[in-house]
Amino acid sequence: MNALTSLGGVLFDGLAYGSLLFLIGIGLSVTMGLMNFINLAHGAFAMLGGYAAVVAMSHLGIPFLPSLVIAFVVAGVAGAVLERFLYRRLYRAAHLDQVLFTIGLVFMSIAAATYFFGPAQQPVRLPEFLTGQVHVAGLDLGTYRLFLIAMVIVVTIGLVWLVERTRFGAQVRAAVDNPQASVGLGINVDGVFSITFALGSALAGLGGALGINVLGLDPVFPLKYMVYFLLVVAVGGAGTIRGPMIAALLLGVFDVAGKYYVPQIGAFVIYAAMVAMLLLFPAGLAGRRS
Amino acid sequence: MTRLPTLSWSRAEIAFWLLPIVAFFVFPHYLALGSQVMIAALFALSLDLILGYARIISLGHAAFFGLGAYTAGLLAKHGYGEPLSGLAAAAVVAAAAGWITSFLVVRGQDLTRLMVTLGIGLMLYETANQWSSVTGGVDGLSITEMKKVFGVFGFGLDGRTAYLYSLAVLFVAFNAARLIVRSPFGLSLKGIREGERRMPAIGASVRRKLVAIYTVAAGIAGIAGALLAQTTQFVGIDVFSFERSADLMIMLVLGGTGYLYGGLVGAAVFMILQDYLANLNPVYWQFWLGLLLVLLVLFARGGIIGGFDTLRRRFARG
Repeated sequence: MNALTSLGGVLFDGLAYGSLLFLIGIGLSVTMGLMNFINLAHGAFAMLGGYAAVVAMSHLGIPFLPSLVIAFVVAGVAGAVLERFLYRRLYRAAHLDQVLFTIGLVFMSIAAATYFFGPAQQPVRLPEFLTGQVHVAGLDLGTYRLFLIAMVIVVTIGLVWLVERTRFGAQVRAAVDNPQASVGLGINVDGVFSITFALGSALAGLGGALGINVLGLDPVFPLKYMVYFLLVVAVGGAGTIRGPMIAALLLGVFDVAGKYYVPQIGAFVIYAAMVAMLLLFPAGLAGRRS
Repeated sequence: MTRLPTLSWSRAEIAFWLLPIVAFFVFPHYLALGSQVMIAALFALSLDLILGYARIISLGHAAFFGLGAYTAGLLAKHGYGEPLSGLAAAAVVAAAAGWITSFLVVRGQDLTRLMVTLGIGLMLYETANQWSSVTGGVDGLSITEMKKVFGVFGFGLDGRTAYLYSLAVLFVAFNAARLIVRSPFGLSLKGIREGERRMPAIGASVRRKLVAIYTVAAGIAGIAGALLAQTTQFVGIDVFSFERSADLMIMLVLGGTGYLYGGLVGAAVFMILQDYLANLNPVYWQFWLGLLLVLLVLFARGGIIGGFDTLRRRFARG
């Protein structure tokens, strides 16, 4: 393989990886942006979606695509329930409390996943039409990764439409920009937040299910990718779709490239980049957070 | 009006410090666990200085613990196994790392601090993992050449030296921390905790004070790491792990932040529970730990010492 094709391959894999990170992380960006809530347990919803899809496929015999819908719904419902009964109590709490609380949730989710599914990676059987490779412009692209990118593009278009064109989207934007003034204008900020939290969890669940083949799925998933989701938000800034998207794609490409070209320093690249980015752009790349 | 702190010891404090000495004679078969408790307590003490007194949220305090452990471990491995100077070297290395990184940490707000500390911890973990020619990588570092304390007390299998050595180091470090938090400097840290924006108005440099306490805390964490390396004569890569930082936070919050004793009590309860429950099943242990954390946040924010404090005040009033 020559240098150019390998570069193309790395870019392609990085984009697929980054679009997954975006899909999972976008909900977190709302949680942190809208409620100023530090949620370290966001990855648990992605993991839940992943396991929901695995159960649907291997135990209930449901095909792959409907299983994705199940993952979306299960994670969304779990998000709505947890938000209503637990998260809501801590919106005004100190950040330390939020950190401790969500670490607690992460530990419980890891233990629960190990109890029910064991510590091993979960396999996934993809349908015929998503396996194999497609030959495009001199590159062999994995069909599944193309499917993944297409899915994320569709979801993103839907999200942009929701946020930019609907009344609900206008309320979300207003609430992120200035919660107090939004309340004053008669927007039910808590209600808006409940819905966005559930939607963000559902998208994370979908991402977790789509990502079984790419990110893997095992009980330590929420810890393993915690830094990545936090990065998408911290670097991308809150309240926009563009910011986290750029951040996630950059992160994906850099991570894949780092692991491909300089495997000996591996994950080090990402952590160093993270610290540098945080210091250089404290408000995120898009810089909307005040 | 609260009284200014004094350095005199209350009866409860003296009784508290007699406990580990009594335990030495009463539980001779649990001395290994005892020194683990002491090391965890020292580590929790160092976190209390920055979390309880300066309200800096750190998810990467294990970075300094690990640096201390590897410093002492590598010194001993390369033929320089004198314990006390090993501790000193570990403290210096960890404090230097703390001083350098403190400038990155004090700049940001909670989320930035949390991620920067997390990132630094993970970077060191990766370094220890990849640089296996020096650190031993995932296999860890075994120390065979540990010298005797004061040239007299060897680290034997009965764990008596390790226990008393850890206790002595903990006591000395605790005194230093107690001195710090009861000094004017410690009071200004409390001021920063209660109202960071107002402190500059009374002429206190918030940044300088945070840098100072972060450096000190890092040094103490380094000593704790070095103690672990010396008493167990092994350094594993998990000294840098995120779980260690998270467990540490749990110990401190369980005991209560901002009392100094909170970390000690929390570490003892945590380690003894872990010893008991994790032997039953490590997976269940993690579940109960998570549940404990959630319940603590929702219902018992003061921790054990905070609970006692509330009770005491209620009795004092009524």
